[in-house]
Amino acid sequence: MTDTTTALVERGHRSEPGTGLAVDARGLVKRYGATTALDGIDLQVPVGTVTAVLGPNGAGKTTAVRILTTLTQADDGTATVAGFDVHGQANQVRRRIGLAAQDATVDPLLTGRENLVMLGELHQLSRKEAATRAVSLLEDFSLTEAADRVVSGYSGGMRRRLDLAATLVSRPSVLFLDEPTTGLDPRARSELWTVIDTLVDRGTTVVLTTQYLEEAERLADEIVVIDHGKVIARGDARSLKRTVGGDQVQVVVSDADRLQEAAAIVDHVTGFDVIVDPATRTVTAPTGRGVETVVLVAQGLLRARIGVDDLSLRQPTLDEVFLSLTGTPAHDNDDDEPAEEAS
Amino acid sequence: MTIILATTTAPVDTTPRDEDLPAPRGVLHDAWVVARRGLIHMKRQPQALADATIQPIMFVLLFAYVFGGAIDVPGGGGYREFLMGGIFAQTIVFIAMGVGMSIAFDRTNKAVDRFRALPISQAAVLGGHAIANLVKSLLPITLMSLCGLLIGWRIRSGLADALVGYALLIAFALAMIWVGVLLGSIVSTPEAVQGLGFGVIFPITFIASTFVPTESMPGVLRTIAEWNPVTTLSNAARIQFGNPTAAPAPGDPWSIAHPLAYSLIWCVLIVAVCAPLARRAYRRSISD
Repeated sequence: MTDTTTALVERGHRSEPGTGLAVDARGLVKRYGATTALDGIDLQVPVGTVTAVLGPNGAGKTTAVRILTTLTQADDGTATVAGFDVHGQANQVRRRIGLAAQDATVDPLLTGRENLVMLGELHQLSRKEAATRAVSLLEDFSLTEAADRVVSGYSGGMRRRLDLAATLVSRPSVLFLDEPTTGLDPRARSELWTVIDTLVDRGTTVVLTTQYLEEAERLADEIVVIDHGKVIARGDARSLKRTVGGDQVQVVVSDADRLQEAAAIVDHVTGFDVIVDPATRTVTAPTGRGVETVVLVAQGLLRARIGVDDLSLRQPTLDEVFLSLTGTPAHDNDDDEPAEEAS
Repeated sequence: MTIILATTTAPVDTTPRDEDLPAPRGVLHDAWVVARRGLIHMKRQPQALADATIQPIMFVLLFAYVFGGAIDVPGGGGYREFLMGGIFAQTIVFIAMGVGMSIAFDRTNKAVDRFRALPISQAAVLGGHAIANLVKSLLPITLMSLCGLLIGWRIRSGLADALVGYALLIAFALAMIWVGVLLGSIVSTPEAVQGLGFGVIFPITFIASTFVPTESMPGVLRTIAEWNPVTTLSNAARIQFGNPTAAPAPGDPWSIAHPLAYSLIWCVLIVAVCAPLARRAYRRSISD
């Protein structure tokens, strides 16, 4: 038995000792009046992994995070985080988690440094320890120059970085990020992704919610798709994509006049219905044989001497996955949903 | 503007800390950390700082020089001497608004969630608000005392009496903090707290012996003023500081005859009623 598992067993609070689950939620139900925000959600996150909870606005993502971070109590179901019950042992949970909520919750009237020192002290560090820790976090998040400026003057990206730094003050073992990159420009977003990568490398378990399919695919080991308070699919990006059918082979010809000839070749190779789009000079067809198809199509096109701008095998996008799972596009804002994301 | 977490020479340690968690430092430590934040807030909000410094001084000067000449002080003595007890009382009562606004402010900017995700008790958060606002109210009281000294106010009683006077003010302040928690928990925004403050608390501090003796008020208003704890708090402060106030007459109601006792009863009453309500309202306001 390794030291880690010994420690886990000795702590004696795990619902299932030795399973190594950082988050173990079963049958979570949450109602707001007549509306059911969560309708029996299960979530198991192994230690050291990244799970993305994916869904449109109003799907229940924020409610799930609020329950797991002890901010809200579930009406039904149980959940343990870092081995402790979120309801009965809330303080034990709070000592081990970091939460970056959807709205940056750093104090706007304090400087970056004051924010981090205060949180450090509230995480029971001494003032000196908290100050030292603040300095290194500010350094790492490129906020040293802005350290003694009041946060209300920060840019959106700086605020988000400070918010993430704030969640790391206590060296949490489980980090909850609620839509961490919403409202960030692409560059700031990819910077944040790199930071999250680093944290995961060092052993932090991450649960993040997102509306961005690309983000879930980029960061997560497992994606849990939820809609209307229910889990509608789970798995890695690849297996989710498989639910829509296989890969697709796509050919873009150089000369529009030879589009039909190319379509015939693709049709011959794949045996499926091909889709021809003259506007983009594109032929697309599903295929179950992957790379082999690409090779055969390439050979056919070469023999016929048809010029090709692009030949690729592409997976369906997660947007297409979501569409096929829910019947609605992932970015559709469901306005008649309760304002739970804001609550 | 690049994040270089992965490549810095001495990367910050974010390795999850599990078994070597720091020991809890207790509710007082946590409350003081929250309180320091509240004091920084005051420093950073010029409006709040002005409320705590310029406004009380302005009130002292305004009443002493503009209205003072027109107001007769019972039992002789200068109006400026009479004024100070009332102005202390008003400042103390307004602590409720300060507490209410800081609690509502936390809720609107989601600081409440940040605090709730921390391993600290909510008592520490409320305690922090209380300490910060108590300190905040000491600033205007000190300033007003100095200002009063400049315009001729003196403590003419003994040290013990004066200390009892200040102790009564602080006891009343502690009671008003609970009113503030209640206000801040049932009202949604700092602006709404301010509205309630000016709509309700402000008149209450005026239908009292704060600035004018109750004797000059007509029938019903006088009765209300005589039983208003702001009146007795003002009068008790005046008595403790040896300043002029109406000498108790045989026909006076009990409140006027025993201002110190009556004020203390109100302290207890306010805490007994408001504290449980406030705690429940606060808990409800931060959940869900």
